[in-house]
Amino acid sequence: MALTRDDVKRVAHLARIEISDAGAESVLRDLDNIFGLIEQMQAVDVSGVEPMAHAQDVMLRLREDTVTERDQHALFQSVAPQVQAGLYLVPKVIE
Amino acid sequence: MHNATIKSLSAELAAGRLSSVEVTRHFLRRINTLSKIYNCFITVDEEKSLAAAGAADALRAAGRAQPLTGIPIAQKDIFCAKGWLTTCGSRMLSNFVSPYDAHVVERLDAAGAVNIGKTNMDEFAMGSSNETSYYGPVRNPWNIETVPGGSSGGSAAAVAARLAPGAIGTDTGGSIRQPAALTGISGLKPTYGVVSRYGMIAFASSLDQGGPMARSAEDLALLLNVLAGFDARDSTSLDRPAEDYTRDLARPIAGLRIGLPKEFFAAGAAPEVEKAVGEAIGHLRKLGCETVEVSLPNMALSVPVYYVLAPAEASSNLARFDGVRYGYRAPEYGDLLEMYKKTRAEGFGAEVKRRILIGTYVLSHGYYDAYYIRAQKLRRLIAQDFSEAFGKCDLIMGPTSPSSAFKLGEKAGDPVQMYLSDIYTIAVNLAGLPGMSIPCGFDSRGLPVGLQVIGNYFGEARMLNAAHQYQLVTDWHDRAPPGIEIQ
Amino acid sequence: MKWEIVIGLEVHAQLNTRSKIFSGAATAFGAAPNTQACGVDVALPGVLPVLNRGAVERAVRFGLAVGATINRHSIFARKNYFYPDLPKGYQISQYEIPVVQGGSITIPAGETGKTIRLTRAHLEEDAGKSLHEDFHGMSGIDLNRAGTPLLEIVSEPDMRSAQEAVAYAKALHSLVRWIDICDGNMQEGSFRCDANVSVRLLGSDTLGTRCEIKNLNSFRFLERAIEHEARRQIEVLENGGSIVQETRLYDPDRDATRSMRTKEDAHDYRYFPDPDLLPLEVSGAWIEEIRSSMPALPQVKRERFVTLCGVTPYDAAVLTSSRELADYFEEAARGADERTAKQCANWITGNLNARLNDEGLEITQARIAAGQLRGLVDRIVDGTISGKIAKDVFDAMWAGEGDADRIISVRGLRQISDSGEIGKIVDQVIAANAQQVADYRAGKDKAFNSLVGQVMKATKGKANPRQVNEILRKKLSG
Repeated sequence: MALTRDDVKRVAHLARIEISDAGAESVLRDLDNIFGLIEQMQAVDVSGVEPMAHAQDVMLRLREDTVTERDQHALFQSVAPQVQAGLYLVPKVIE
Repeated sequence: MHNATIKSLSAELAAGRLSSVEVTRHFLRRINTLSKIYNCFITVDEEKSLAAAGAADALRAAGRAQPLTGIPIAQKDIFCAKGWLTTCGSRMLSNFVSPYDAHVVERLDAAGAVNIGKTNMDEFAMGSSNETSYYGPVRNPWNIETVPGGSSGGSAAAVAARLAPGAIGTDTGGSIRQPAALTGISGLKPTYGVVSRYGMIAFASSLDQGGPMARSAEDLALLLNVLAGFDARDSTSLDRPAEDYTRDLARPIAGLRIGLPKEFFAAGAAPEVEKAVGEAIGHLRKLGCETVEVSLPNMALSVPVYYVLAPAEASSNLARFDGVRYGYRAPEYGDLLEMYKKTRAEGFGAEVKRRILIGTYVLSHGYYDAYYIRAQKLRRLIAQDFSEAFGKCDLIMGPTSPSSAFKLGEKAGDPVQMYLSDIYTIAVNLAGLPGMSIPCGFDSRGLPVGLQVIGNYFGEARMLNAAHQYQLVTDWHDRAPPGIEIQ
Repeated sequence: MKWEIVIGLEVHAQLNTRSKIFSGAATAFGAAPNTQACGVDVALPGVLPVLNRGAVERAVRFGLAVGATINRHSIFARKNYFYPDLPKGYQISQYEIPVVQGGSITIPAGETGKTIRLTRAHLEEDAGKSLHEDFHGMSGIDLNRAGTPLLEIVSEPDMRSAQEAVAYAKALHSLVRWIDICDGNMQEGSFRCDANVSVRLLGSDTLGTRCEIKNLNSFRFLERAIEHEARRQIEVLENGGSIVQETRLYDPDRDATRSMRTKEDAHDYRYFPDPDLLPLEVSGAWIEEIRSSMPALPQVKRERFVTLCGVTPYDAAVLTSSRELADYFEEAARGADERTAKQCANWITGNLNARLNDEGLEITQARIAAGQLRGLVDRIVDGTISGKIAKDVFDAMWAGEGDADRIISVRGLRQISDSGEIGKIVDQVIAANAQQVADYRAGKDKAFNSLVGQVMKATKGKANPRQVNEILRKKLSG
């Protein structure tokens, strides 16, 4: 299958990456080649095969319900782009 | 001193003939001079390293030294180290000073190892040549016109150039083994779940695994003894008894069955690579190993499968880099959407963006089953191939990389060619098996060639055993690149 | 044309664990911004989630309470979207295989009640909060709430009116508190409802296009929002329009719903299994352990109250509206015969409840303890005081004057049941009210009541009213 420039722009929007029309064209060429490689997967019959999500066939380990963390917001926010009154600031959120 | 292995440095320190401060100063001086050439470090902090060395000497004086106490170890810049700039090779984290330590960093600290600096890497570990780093490409000490491989290229070059006796790297599709092969050092990717991923900046969570890089198998074992271990903060960390990975090093390997996958030798590796690997197998036969042909029929599909699964996971793992809580934020934007888009467009490099787009696409509505689920099914077939092969052999061997180090820029414009350079290593990650690369010769250009050794789950000690026995009768791992001696 | 409203609810109940679902940070409400957001909650590079056993245990408790299937293996997935209060850029939630599947809840309706089927209940993490006060035209992000465990409880579209939806929400609200998995505090957002509303012509068996209304944080808003939304949809359809599937926000100030600025990619969350988390296993042994620690459920108690205590089904429903109230009743009625138990029920659902409502108190804050209330009821049943006097005693008890017996004795409220004494007073009243006596004998029943009143007045209300009636009637006819 062949991707279109619109596919690239749609996906870039979903991924929140700004892309120009020219940028989308060049990305499209790369992605077309890469999907040429990926399409090799379609040649194999996988019916009846269970998808493999993890390397080990083990179950989740659970944590006891205890509070183990202390307040470190000053340290965490020392590397934040913009903070005020303990809050992370972002351009106004509109719902 | 810099030609010494971890093992011998450790002995010198233990005998009191050297102090950690002396050793650390020596390597720092070398880094100051040579790292300009190879560009293998992103951050060096003499003060911190020397303080750690002083602490290590004090620990030794107090009689509490362990094998790695006082040994300088370089850390790939993907590991969060408290108080250290931790960039992951990206502009996105070019201002990120980590507020906490990764599990392996804690363990190295607890063992008294000295963090000698944070090494350069492909951005977010996405690359096979170390050319995608925001901090510029790393050069291969064997020939500075060639790449060191990636993504742990900085760690590999640092060890090869004797700027550190050992280093830690990460391997998602070959990122420890392939650069180890291209720089003539030894590197090991453990069984998935043996080394905690806590504090290791995630690329593809179901494939990522940290591991040691050093000059010899024996040194890898010493490092792995410290790196491996259960960590409750990583849900995929395996809770199993601690192992001493040095325990089998001295064991004779006569009777060891080596599986040679026919697909490895039909995949079009460079003739000089095949030749060096063939000679290595010959050596092992002389040591009494048996060889048996095995088959990994789905191996060719590992690259397409990987380039669905890894980008899918990465597209989600890298969503947290949004300019809100840490890291880069675009200087100019209007609304929130624009802040996100510009931050991510400017903060990520081309390869990372390419993979995020692939991953977003394969997970998006209507494509999930055709790509993601199908890839997971093929992943199972690939893992089953290994499981069948290990019914007939103890270790699997073959080339690590289809070629020796290629020229800087040679594959940079062709992602597919770049991706195919991991053809031999990727399947191991998909199966979650341990894999390593050890030096096994040179090509006619004088560039190192790596032998890949693949073990069954938790077969690290056996792999290290075979590698060590090989290194006892060969000296490829002792060869040093030209031009690394300084005044 | 006659329309039918079809409603399904999605309720997010915050689970009352001490720590978050995937981190060891505290979940307490009201802390200073970001002081309860640890590295995992702010999604530092490299951090990883580890699931809280307490959250799973609570989800299982809920599943058992509604008779659902507990999936032995369930999967956590990532729901990917960008929003500043979502630090990882994805929410960890259960998608294809939730921990709880099916089950049902019965709501009061008609004689037998109505069963609302549940689709599923799954575990997920809450997001942080965006504060929109002016920070120089910016929003402030507080991640204290990020990672708080939620149980999202999804119903089938089984409700047919706003009232039924409210009854369901209340039953659920009562249940989650009953089994102690959620504090139910709606002001603090511990229990939040989204309603899926559609309308169709009565008799139709296909569902209409639905709209999801968010932000319903009180039962009153839930009812009003559904009614408003149904009216809006009917109006659109009757004017020949069609309903667009969308998310709408209820604005309580305007009592209206409005379309949320459509998130154009809201439908492409790119769900996939979270590679950081392995499959969740809930063993049969664990389920049994949880089952054995469960309190008796409201429906069980309700039936017990009706059959063993003779309480009316309505009162039984009220008494089981919370575990504390049911406990109060059970303590008051401990060892009581049916008549006493029924009286206890009447007093709790009547006077006591009214007092609590007036003063905005919870049952646990009642100024009369269950044992004290029983003391009062015992004196009514054994005839020491009349029901009327008992109301005064109740008020005195509420005011803190002590137990019923003490108040009765201090105030001299003991009922006069001595027929000789009552007879004397009746004689005096007959003698002093010749006119009323004549009226009564002439057939005016009203005059009798007036004479009873005179007797009660003369005894300050303490005479046994039944005896007064008997003796007066006998003497008047004599």
